[in-house]
Amino acid sequence: METENIIEMLHITKVFPGIVANDDITLQLRKGEIHALLGENGAGKSTLMSVLFGLYQPEEGIIKKNGQEVKIQNPNDATALGIGMVHQHFKLIDVFTVLDNIILGAETTKMGFLQKKEARRKVEELSERYGMKVDLDAKVEDITVGMQQRVEILKMLYRDNEILIFDEPTAVLTPQEIDELMATMKEFAKEGKSILFISHKLGEIMRVADRVTVLRKGKYVGTVETKDTDKQALSNMMVGRPVQLEVHKEPAKPGEVVLDVEGFTVSAKGHHKRDAVRDVSFQVRAGEIVCIAGIDGNGQTEFIHGLTGLDKAVGKVTLCGKDISHASIKGRGAHMSHIPEDRHKHGLVLDFTLEQNLVLQRFQENQFQHGGFIDQKAVRQYAERLIEQYDVRSGQGAVTVARSMSGGNQQKAIIAREVDRDKPLVVAVQPTRGLDVGAVEYIHAQLVKERDAGKAILLVSLELDEVMSLSDRILVMYEGEIVGELDPKETTVQELGLYMAGAKRMKKEGEPA
Amino acid sequence: MRRKTGTLMEREGARTVAASLISILIGLLVGSILIVIVGLISPNLGLSSMGEGIQLVLFGIFSTGRNAAGALTWGFNPQNIGNMLFRATPLILTGLSVAVAFKTGLFNIGAPGQYLMSTAATLTLALSIPTTVVPAPLVWLIAFLGGALAGALWGCIPGIVKAFLNINEVLACIMTNWIAANLVTWIFDATQVFKNTVENTKSGYVYKTAYNGVETAKLGLDKLFPGSQVNGGILIAILIAVGVYILMNKTTLGYQLKACGANRHSARYAGINDKRNIVLSMAIAGALAGAGAALYWLAGNTEFFWNTYQTLPATGFNGIPVALLAANNPIAVIFTGVFMSMLDIVGLQLTKLTAYNEYITDVIIAVIVYLSAFSLVIKMFISRRRKRKTAAADESGKKGEDAA
Repeated sequence: METENIIEMLHITKVFPGIVANDDITLQLRKGEIHALLGENGAGKSTLMSVLFGLYQPEEGIIKKNGQEVKIQNPNDATALGIGMVHQHFKLIDVFTVLDNIILGAETTKMGFLQKKEARRKVEELSERYGMKVDLDAKVEDITVGMQQRVEILKMLYRDNEILIFDEPTAVLTPQEIDELMATMKEFAKEGKSILFISHKLGEIMRVADRVTVLRKGKYVGTVETKDTDKQALSNMMVGRPVQLEVHKEPAKPGEVVLDVEGFTVSAKGHHKRDAVRDVSFQVRAGEIVCIAGIDGNGQTEFIHGLTGLDKAVGKVTLCGKDISHASIKGRGAHMSHIPEDRHKHGLVLDFTLEQNLVLQRFQENQFQHGGFIDQKAVRQYAERLIEQYDVRSGQGAVTVARSMSGGNQQKAIIAREVDRDKPLVVAVQPTRGLDVGAVEYIHAQLVKERDAGKAILLVSLELDEVMSLSDRILVMYEGEIVGELDPKETTVQELGLYMAGAKRMKKEGEPA
Repeated sequence: MRRKTGTLMEREGARTVAASLISILIGLLVGSILIVIVGLISPNLGLSSMGEGIQLVLFGIFSTGRNAAGALTWGFNPQNIGNMLFRATPLILTGLSVAVAFKTGLFNIGAPGQYLMSTAATLTLALSIPTTVVPAPLVWLIAFLGGALAGALWGCIPGIVKAFLNINEVLACIMTNWIAANLVTWIFDATQVFKNTVENTKSGYVYKTAYNGVETAKLGLDKLFPGSQVNGGILIAILIAVGVYILMNKTTLGYQLKACGANRHSARYAGINDKRNIVLSMAIAGALAGAGAALYWLAGNTEFFWNTYQTLPATGFNGIPVALLAANNPIAVIFTGVFMSMLDIVGLQLTKLTAYNEYITDVIIAVIVYLSAFSLVIKMFISRRRKRKTAAADESGKKGEDAA
């Protein structure tokens, strides 16, 4: 029996100047199924969803709902057709209450006055039915990220949407919250709602989706049933070549202590009273990868900023036997490479060329300047060597403006620069964020190579798979404190999740048991 | 690949030049329309006067007056061209001042204030050091450097405020402008030391620096353009422009300054002292504006009217369109500076030769100022059109590459 398609996007082509973002893509969503949309960054997933949501008009192709052709000119049309979306970055107003956020844009009014009572009853009913607990009167800024996501989902339900789009919904959740979300999604599907689930996490897709449509470089690769496929096959489809999913590495052989952090505290920015990082102490040895795991916003960023000198911090930091607690950014950089969390804000000067970016810390070294004049030739040669060695791809080679490069290649350029500086400590903050499987594979291999070359590597990651597969030692950070130290070979994702959520913690020395 | 890069840069450059030229053309067109409108509503201006007005707006720099028959005559006018170069000198420098700041991510609207502070410093130094003791050329140099330094220090203030307190430099610049205006008025008003008592028909003027024997060397330019005020200052301005170009594009200092301007965070991340560089950028910008004032007042024949002085010098503000029209390229600033001063000369010709007056050219300048701000938009528009046209072709090419 052919199941009916609730939404059909047929032969969609969307062209942007210089690029075909969607090239003849067909996506058929059946009623009551969970349909995953899989693809690397830049594969065209977001464009396709924006077309469905009325944000872009396709050059070619049609959209059908229940077999009828529809025109979706703007998001209002999409809403009218019962299409709702949970965006990757939530679209909530921080200073409004949960209830206000849910009804915003779909308020019931009587003679111009808000009828909140009715709305409240409806929202309460919904949250009861699906077991999604929210405090309707709390302000959004005061609730957890997981709860904010529930607010987004309730927003869709409140509007009686029957087609629900989830854009990378698990990125900000703990493993336990992910489990809950998956259960909720299945519940929705059982009730006949249709779900489009955008993700690049293969494990989650295999767990929850019925079918998967794979896109690659704007083109349609295929649609498969999850029961007929596996992770490896999916990732091969997505990348277009066989990919190594597991990180291969020998057991670590830790050497001398390279980084020693003692009683490290960073005060919070703004009006928050709690310190962002509180009394953190640990060591990183040569030849090991130590990973700081944790949910986003638990002080990792502030810790790294304090460590690298970008922000002020209290505490003793010893690097290669030298006390650098009060050293400048440049002073610290003498023994430390830093792959920053935000490659656009910190990692690159986007309006500079690739070669200018590759010497960002080194332009004053004698090999690149003579008497204050930059040696363009030396810079060019150096850049060309790095580009070749680290396979950084760009339109015009060394003189490409960094802004015009793809995210993966921007990150490769930063890694090339930082690794080539050849410092005993490499600080890598979310080095694979937003990158596709191919680039992730490459970056992981580079980090392991550096470790094997005797570097100390401090990794900050939000991706549990990365934490588990790459690190030799895991430190879990929760609300600015290190609440546990785990061995990835002995722990499980579930245990890690409990630490990350603050539900479990190791006793500190000297604390009563 | 090298060749491809070349054409890309050329295309970018060509687009910038095209955008600036379009702004200029529209400005001149508006000026011409204005001539016609004024002609139509004014009973004593006929069709022929309108024609003459438009001719002067477009080619006034080559006007040589009227012949016996009363018709406009044209040709090489050394006086006009010399005066154009003379007036261009400070404009080039204030243009450079604004351009350097722009290149480093700052908007130096404080050039008028820096110009004024330099004016006070330059005149004081040039007039108070006795040339009987110190040789005049040395006094000239001291006054010039002193003026540049005064501009640099005045530029530092918004720089410091921006770097350490994160206060927008535009606000700080506007405030320091007015502080400078009042301060300079007060300095000359209170002291009255340099009050011109020699030329007693003129009250309220400070002595010309020539009174103390201090003036910029002519370097033979007066022979080339007889009857004009031109002096070696224009050559100094051109040299400084080339120097600024080298500083910004070839040195580690320029690299740092631009890095801070383009992305303060990543510059900091790379260990570059962002605060120092912001202050330094503003200091360099201030020094350039100051040098502009110094070259203007050290000409020897320029008179500073202090008596009711309360306004900010237009030369400072006109640095903004000069820089914008030049797309902040120091070499291009030389040409846009000359162009803007040409409009000045054209205005004088209009006043002298027709019933129109120089305010027409003020309107032209104003239109160009607006459009030069839009020139970025025009540039984007041109590139978008071109992209759209080539998108299809590129795409088929790309597909071919992929397949291969």
